[in-house]
Amino acid sequence: MKSAGVTSYYRFLRHSFGVATDGGWLFYAWMLVLTAIALVGANAWAVQVRDGMIRTNMTDHVSWGLYIANFTFCVGLAAGGVMMVIPAYLYRDHDMHEVVIVGEELAIAAIIMSTLSVVVDLGRPDRFWHLIPGIGKFNWPMSMLTWDIIVLNGYLLINLHVVGYLLYTRFRGAEPNPKWYVPFVLLSIVWAISIHTVTAFLYCGLGGRPFWNTALLAPRFLASAFVSGPAFILLVLRVVRVGTDLPMNPGPARLLVQIIRVAAVVNLLMLVSELFTLFYAGGAHLASARYLFFGDHGKNGLVPWIWSAIALNLVGTGLFFTPAALERGWTRVVACGMVIVGIWIEKGMGLIIPGFIPSTLHEVVEYAPSLTEWKVTAGIWAFGLLLLTAMLKVCVAVFTNQMSANAEPPPDARTA
Amino acid sequence: MSERKKLSLPVLGEVDRRTAVKAGAATLGLAAWAAAIRPWFEWTAELNADEVLQKHYRELTPEQLQVILNKLTDEARKQSGKPAVVKDHKPIPGVSFAYALNLSICIGCRKCAEACHVENNHDRPSHQSYIRVFEMQKGGIDFEKGNATYDHPVPAKDKYYMPVQCQQCENPPCVKACPIEATWQESDGIVVVDYNWCIGCRYCEAACPYHARRFNWEKPQIPANEINPNQSYLSNRVRPQGVMEKCTFCLHRTREGKLPACLEACPTGARVFGNVLDPDSEIRWVLENKRVFVLKEELGTKPRFYYFFDK
Repeated sequence: MKSAGVTSYYRFLRHSFGVATDGGWLFYAWMLVLTAIALVGANAWAVQVRDGMIRTNMTDHVSWGLYIANFTFCVGLAAGGVMMVIPAYLYRDHDMHEVVIVGEELAIAAIIMSTLSVVVDLGRPDRFWHLIPGIGKFNWPMSMLTWDIIVLNGYLLINLHVVGYLLYTRFRGAEPNPKWYVPFVLLSIVWAISIHTVTAFLYCGLGGRPFWNTALLAPRFLASAFVSGPAFILLVLRVVRVGTDLPMNPGPARLLVQIIRVAAVVNLLMLVSELFTLFYAGGAHLASARYLFFGDHGKNGLVPWIWSAIALNLVGTGLFFTPAALERGWTRVVACGMVIVGIWIEKGMGLIIPGFIPSTLHEVVEYAPSLTEWKVTAGIWAFGLLLLTAMLKVCVAVFTNQMSANAEPPPDARTA
Repeated sequence: MSERKKLSLPVLGEVDRRTAVKAGAATLGLAAWAAAIRPWFEWTAELNADEVLQKHYRELTPEQLQVILNKLTDEARKQSGKPAVVKDHKPIPGVSFAYALNLSICIGCRKCAEACHVENNHDRPSHQSYIRVFEMQKGGIDFEKGNATYDHPVPAKDKYYMPVQCQQCENPPCVKACPIEATWQESDGIVVVDYNWCIGCRYCEAACPYHARRFNWEKPQIPANEINPNQSYLSNRVRPQGVMEKCTFCLHRTREGKLPACLEACPTGARVFGNVLDPDSEIRWVLENKRVFVLKEELGTKPRFYYFFDK
C-alpha cells in the first residue's frame, strides 16, 4: 500500500516536471528570457561573493540597500496572497475558492524571493548554517531577525503543504480531505499577518533609527501588502485566463479590486498620519523625512523616487475607484502596475534607505544601487517568476484534468 | 500538431525529438549555471574546511582555540613578514572598563582616529577607523550642525570637537540584534565580535545608534610592513572579508594593563580610561567629580563612554 503511494507521488512529481517544462513558443521564450536574467543575477552575485560587498554601493553609513528593500516588498507580496484565502475559507466565497491556489502559489514564490534577497545581502553566505537552530547559534527570542526566519520559513512550509496536498489529491482524482488542509489554511491566515508584522518589527524595534521607530510601521506594512499582493494576483489571474483553458469567473477579480480599494485608502490615510506627525512636530524624527521628500544639505537622491511612488499610488488608487476597474480591461491592468511599482518604491527606496540617511550621527551620505545590485535583484525576480510560472502550469494542468494519474498518454507526448 | 510533425527529424519520432530537445536544453542550462557561478568557486577555493566548520568562539575547547590561534599566527606571519602573534586575551576578573573624554581640551586633531587606524590593522585605502571626530557648533550638542569631514586647521573659532567611537553600551542594541550571537558583551564590558562566526547581515550596524560598527566590504588591504604584529583573536587581527568589526577598547592592550592606542596618541590628554571598579583610578575620579554625560541617554543604552566639559 505504502509503495503504491510512493509510486503515485513519484508519478505526480514526474508529470509536474513534464508539464512545467512543456508549452508553446511564447512559453519557451518567456522561460528562456527569465532563465537568462536569472543567470546574469547568479553571476553578479557570485562575483560579489568573491570580490566582497564592495561591488554594491552600500557603505557603513547606508549599510542596507536594494536587497533589503526588495526583501521587504516581497514579504508583503507573500502576505498579500492571504486576501484570497480569507474570502475563500472564512466567507466561503465559492468562486474565490476555485482560484485561491493561485494566491498560495504566489506566496511560495514571493517567500523564496524574499529569502534569496536576504541571502545575497550576507557578507558570508558560506556561514549560512550558523542560522540553523541546533547546529548554529540561534539568538532566539532576542533577535527579531530570528523571529523573521521562523515566520518566513513556517509560512513557506504551510503553503507548500496546502498547495502540494490539493494538487496531488486532484491529480489522483480523489476528493481532498478537509482535515488535512483546512487547519493549515486557517493557520496560514494568522501566519500571513505575522510575516509582515515581524518584518516591520525588524525595523521599528531599533531605537536608534527614528524614521523606522514608529508603531505605525507594522499596520502600514500590512495595508500596503493588501494592495500590492492582490494587485499582483490580479495580473497573474489575467495571464492565466488569457493564456490557458482554466475557466475563470469574473467574481474573484472583482472582490480583489474591492479589497484593494479599502486597503489602498487605509494605506494612504496612514501615510498622511505619519507625515503629519513628522512634519508638524519636527525635531530629530523629521531629518530623514525631510531628506526623503525635499532633500537635505543640497543632497536629494531619494526625492524623485518618493514623489514617483506617491504619484503612482495616488493615480493607481484613483483608477481602482473607477467603474472600469471592476471590468476586465486595461484600466485594471494599468492600475495594478502602478500600485505595485508605487509600493515597491515606498517600501524600499522610500523606507529602508532613508532609515540610514542621515546616519545616526546625522551625516548625510547618499546611496543609489550599483549595477551589481540591480543585476542580482533582477535575477531574483526572474527566478521567482520562473518558479511561479512552473507552479501555475502544474496547477492549470491539474485543474483542467490534463494532468491526472488516471489519464494517458503521459504529458511529454502532449503538445500545449 | 501537423505543423510539428513536418518539422520533426526523419530519424526521430515526435516524442523522441521533444525529449532530445529538452535534454539538450537542460544540459545547456546546467552548463550555463555552472559558468555563471564560477566566481563563487574561485572564492571558496581559498577557504578550507576547518575554517568553514569552525565552532563559535565561546564553544571552543582551549585545545581547539589554540589550534586556531596557531593557524592565525602562521597566517599573520606570512602576511606581515614579521614575527607576529595572534593571542587570545581574556577579560580580567574584577575589571570593568570605562572611558571619559574631556571636550574642553579636545582640539579635533584626529590623532586618535589615526592611531586607531594603525593599531587595529584597518583597511588602508578606505582610511578606516573606529573613531569619527565631529566638529561641533558651540551652543549645543547637535550633530545635525556637526561635520565629520572638516578639512582646515584646528581648533576653529566657535567650534568644539567630539570624537565618537563605540560606547560599549551596558545595554547594547547591536548584541540584541545579532541573529547568531556573533557579537556579545564580555565581563569587563567590552562588546566583541567573533570574526569567524559573523555572517555579515549587518543588522547590528543598523541597530547601533552611534555609528560605531564597521563592515569589511572587501578584504582589508594593508602593506606588509605596516601590519601591527601584536594581534588578538577578538580585536585587531586582520579581519576576513564580509564580516563586522568594531572598537574593542584595544583589548589586546588594555587587558595587558596598557592604555588604548587612541588615548596614548592624544596630544592634549583629553582622554581618560580605566577600571571603574578601582576606587583609586583616574576614571573613577572623573566620574565622581566631573559633570559627565553620555550620548543619546534617552535610548537607554547605558554607554560606558562619558563626555564632560572642564570649564
